[in-house]
Amino acid sequence: MAPVPHRRFPAAASWPRLAALAVGLLVVGCASDRFPQTTFRPVSDAGEAINRLYGQIFWWAVFVFAVVQSALVVTLIRYRRRPGQGEPKQTHGHTLVEIAWTLAPAVILVVIAVPTVRTIFRLSGTPPAGALQVEVTGHQWWWEFRYAELGVVTANELHVPLGQPVALAITSADVIHSFWAPRLSGKRDAMPGRTTRLVFTADSVGTFLGQCAEFCGDSHANMRLRVMVDSPAVFAAWAARQSAAPPPLDSSDALVLRGEEAFRRIRDPGNHSCVACHTIAGISGGALGPNLSHVGSRTTIAGGTLRSDSAGIARWLHDPPGVKPGSLMPRIELTDDEIAALIAYLHSRK
Amino acid sequence: MATTAIPQSSPAVPAAPTGVWSWITTTDHKRIGVLYGVTAFLFFLLGGLEALVIRIQLGGPEQHVVSAEFYNQLFTMHGTTMVFLAIMPLSAAFFNFVIPLQIGARDVAFPRLNAFSYWVFLLGGLFMNASFVAGPLFGAGHLSVAPNAGWFGYANLTSTQFSPGPNIDFWVLGIQILGVASLAAAFNFITTIINLRAPGMTWMRMPVFTWMSFVTQFLIITAFPVITIGLVFLLFDRVFGTNFYNVRAGGDVLLWQHLFWLFGHPEVYILILPAMGIVSEVLPTFSRKPLFGYAVVVYSGVLIGVVGWGVWAHHMFATGLGPVADSVFSASTMLIAVPTGVKIFNWIATMWGGRLEFRTPMLFAVGFISMFIIGGLSGVMHASPPADLQQTDTYFVVAHFHYVLFGGAVQGIFAGIYYWWPKIFGRALNDRLGKLHFWLMFAGLNLTFFPMHFSGLLGMPRRIYTYAPDLGLNTLNLISTVGALLTGVAMLVFLYNVLASRKQPPAGKNPWGAATLEWAIASPPPAYNFSVLPTVKSRLPLWTEDGVSEIPDVPPGPIHVPPGSARPLIAAVGILTMGIGALMHHHFLPSLLTVLGGAAILVYGIYSWAFEPFEV
Repeated sequence: MAPVPHRRFPAAASWPRLAALAVGLLVVGCASDRFPQTTFRPVSDAGEAINRLYGQIFWWAVFVFAVVQSALVVTLIRYRRRPGQGEPKQTHGHTLVEIAWTLAPAVILVVIAVPTVRTIFRLSGTPPAGALQVEVTGHQWWWEFRYAELGVVTANELHVPLGQPVALAITSADVIHSFWAPRLSGKRDAMPGRTTRLVFTADSVGTFLGQCAEFCGDSHANMRLRVMVDSPAVFAAWAARQSAAPPPLDSSDALVLRGEEAFRRIRDPGNHSCVACHTIAGISGGALGPNLSHVGSRTTIAGGTLRSDSAGIARWLHDPPGVKPGSLMPRIELTDDEIAALIAYLHSRK
Repeated sequence: MATTAIPQSSPAVPAAPTGVWSWITTTDHKRIGVLYGVTAFLFFLLGGLEALVIRIQLGGPEQHVVSAEFYNQLFTMHGTTMVFLAIMPLSAAFFNFVIPLQIGARDVAFPRLNAFSYWVFLLGGLFMNASFVAGPLFGAGHLSVAPNAGWFGYANLTSTQFSPGPNIDFWVLGIQILGVASLAAAFNFITTIINLRAPGMTWMRMPVFTWMSFVTQFLIITAFPVITIGLVFLLFDRVFGTNFYNVRAGGDVLLWQHLFWLFGHPEVYILILPAMGIVSEVLPTFSRKPLFGYAVVVYSGVLIGVVGWGVWAHHMFATGLGPVADSVFSASTMLIAVPTGVKIFNWIATMWGGRLEFRTPMLFAVGFISMFIIGGLSGVMHASPPADLQQTDTYFVVAHFHYVLFGGAVQGIFAGIYYWWPKIFGRALNDRLGKLHFWLMFAGLNLTFFPMHFSGLLGMPRRIYTYAPDLGLNTLNLISTVGALLTGVAMLVFLYNVLASRKQPPAGKNPWGAATLEWAIASPPPAYNFSVLPTVKSRLPLWTEDGVSEIPDVPPGPIHVPPGSARPLIAAVGILTMGIGALMHHHFLPSLLTVLGGAAILVYGIYSWAFEPFEV
């Protein structure tokens, strides 16, 4: 599918840059799996509305580009100096022509402005009744998602049900961030002391990437996120598991037991400990870092930069600031055995 | 010493003063223009080097050429340097050299204030860049403590809570110091243009470069106070613990954004209007035709300056201003496209029917138009708030403003450099090397910035020091990096051209056959500019029969030119000292004493300057 609905104006392919543009768009349209963060393949009503508007503006821009750039090139070729040429005619202006080319762009801009304003008001409508409310909080450098009605708190992976309106209430715990999941909608800033809104209804099941879009310090590049659009049944099951207490420890698995013990016990000379910052229901109530009660059910850790498999968690626990420069979680000297036990324990927290 | 300056051709009188001291104490607008140009170009090269390191880091995914922390310093300093230390002062170099010559004046209205502006600019630029090596002085444990919160320095990342080091202090104080230079210069040029025009140089006979510069000066004197206030708030938050941007105590992070962009958007026009003026000079000269629709080009420049004040919140659509504000700022932003489009049409119409001669200045002027069309059109795209929500803070915007500022402003500046070089130094730059420079740069900039439209819309945010390998962005980024290296090669060609220019033949008074007043006198112009003040009778004095009164090569009598003075430099050192004092705010007493010492030097500089004997 092409990223824009219609080719309204034939492109002047003579201009090489324009050709490059067309080829580029073709690539975008045909191979969107290669571009998981593309804005051109929306999977929600809001994303669709934006993309449709952008498509209109884009083709107007191509039209103006072709006309003006061609006029420039034609002028350059036609009036280049030729041998034996006399002084050109000294013209100073032409009122009618100048009025015409003042009005022409103004008319095109009005044509763009009308659907623009319409889309602005459409996107800013109040969320419909029955929308799923999610509080989104940006932290340096991870995302917290809180579903107050469902009693769910998670990090970096936002689960939403297919076909149900979702109303995000976005804020920040520290500096300004910006929530951006390109295939679902445009970005919305997360600002301390303020709450902004983003409303969309997802129309495709899948996992869609995003990341923080406002510079927020050292690891701005490492503040990624995923939006998982689930079918309503899958979402309901997910929410039920997340809101329940984590599963009891398997008392036959010594590694997991040692992991829990390590999680409770670890405290480095700088007085850093797991429990001071992280919540695991029934064990600790720390609030500086992500809630880990169900971390085993997440596919990523560390602001969405590492897979949550054993290798990923091990890499993180070895040296958090090495993965995420400036991270609040310091490097704590852990033995290989402690790390293996913690991995097993965290994986068991589904 | 300099009350009478008589032409160098007369063996009986001494030539213009020479030596380092004569440059340090100079009050000659032409020399100050050269100082501005050379200094700003060195900062331009520094900012370009920063860009190259950025591009090398982003040439592939997950590269670690530089650390995250240093990368953030690099992009902050790249932006800050290019805006405040390169493009603005390069424009100022032309204001200085060209405006007095174009309006038929002996010098600017306040020659010593002019020198003061330059010295403050130089010292402010050095102050800001000293942060790259000042780490040990602050016990930072690493060499560089350069500003690292972006050239836009959004609160509250800049607060002491999130940026405890000296990085942000360097940035706040550096921009304050540079603001002093810009404001002093702007008042100087406004006064000069209003009061020192030669007889007959009416407003509507004024060359378009001088007109656009005039509009720019008003933008400077109105925009800089706004950023000054924003920075004072920030400085007070950081030094005295006030809470302007502290959310916990009732402050507001959006206050900064409004103040910053209320300055920041007019700043964009401060950067582009002088280049538009240059292009409006170059095109008629090499088309052998007057500018098409002179009055419309002038009025549209004024209109851009006025409407430029009503568009700032288009930088803030993602903050959720609400549908009414979004619609209003969207409309005003689209509105500004109209006078901009009119200028482009008038430039093309200037060439239409002309006899186009593609010398290097002309190539850059045409390149400006071509690239500015692209930057303008992508600008209209994010004038639409819903579309902007996908584009803002991505590489799409990086592409957009580099087409405007590099394809636009910098190409305009190069057009000016090649155009006025023979006037400034008496010898033109080599045209073949110039063309090579142009084509390399044109290819390089398109290769760098065009793919960024795609990388942005395909999901690449700005200001990230690394990106995941599976986003499909690797090839696009590699192309951008290759383009940046090519642009670097173009700059080497230019530098070689500059070095080789000493062997060029003398250019004569009017090598391009141009129409404006600066081409009526010798190249380089004598210290006094015009042997007698000209009387202007035409908008195109040198293309019109009897367009200007005769300007003899030898002055008929003694001419007063402003004497040299070291006082402006002393006053500038005072300002620098105050900045250094404020930088030490963690140590109260030494900081206070240094600030007071700097204030004393400043007061002494200005006092002795005011009472400096007029005739030496």
